[in-house]
Amino acid sequence: MSQDPELLRRLLRAKDRMDAASHEEWSNEKLARVSGVSEAHFARSFKEAFGVPPHRYLLTRRIERAKSLLRDTELSTTEIAFRTGWKSLGTFGRTFRDVTGESPTELRARERASPQSLESVPACFLHAAHRPDLTIAVSEKRRQALDGRADDEEVP
Amino acid sequence: MSQGVAVVGIYVSDQDEALAFYTEKLGFEVHTDVKNGTYRWLTVRYPEQSVVQLGLFVPESPMIDADSARALRALVAKGAMPPLVLEVKDVRATCARFESKGVELTQPPVERFGSVDASFRDPSGNGWKIVQSR
Repeated sequence: MSQDPELLRRLLRAKDRMDAASHEEWSNEKLARVSGVSEAHFARSFKEAFGVPPHRYLLTRRIERAKSLLRDTELSTTEIAFRTGWKSLGTFGRTFRDVTGESPTELRARERASPQSLESVPACFLHAAHRPDLTIAVSEKRRQALDGRADDEEVP
Repeated sequence: MSQGVAVVGIYVSDQDEALAFYTEKLGFEVHTDVKNGTYRWLTVRYPEQSVVQLGLFVPESPMIDADSARALRALVAKGAMPPLVLEVKDVRATCARFESKGVELTQPPVERFGSVDASFRDPSGNGWKIVQSR
């Protein structure tokens, strides 16, 4: 809690930009520019402020968005993968399973089976509430799930 | 005589900056602006809504101890404060007006679930959602 509020406010701007367009590519260089800090300083400060490295934060937003599209639309898994920023369907499916514990199709089937009446809650807050809490790297989560299989692929 | 919520306060990092933002950029009106020593009670209200005041308060001693005040300032700047929702008749028109005043939208108007919504933050970091009245 020792970070300067003025710096935090500028880091929040980078976080907001990822929130607004999580399907886009967000390099640390680009995000550092949004925050007005050096690239070297940016990733460390972001992690200290928000608890996760910027690229992993972006990943949680993409998964969150994919989940809501699976839940609320009839779009195909392929279409959803590309709309949420993945370049490969394989990476999307694998990362999705690693993070949420189920495949996109499984999640869709399960969510469809449990009708909800949440019309009175603004949609964005619901989405945020369903954001995956990714406190460890996807690669680490994968390692924990499949004991012994090392895979350092983290960013889709 | 009506009963109910009269004032809801949010924390801001600077009351002068917040006052300028809420009145000049968002079009709120000052309801109360009173100083008592260094303490300043500052509330604004949405023009068409006379009953609810939005309090713009700074986390500071002696109301709060210095460590907690520092922590709160950081939390506000990180956007960790609870949701604020502004309901308007026309989200797109409101956003156009806000943008013309220099408000940076964090999410431009999006049509979904049969309505339109958008987002912005105040200078301190408080996040607002703008939704369309149904």
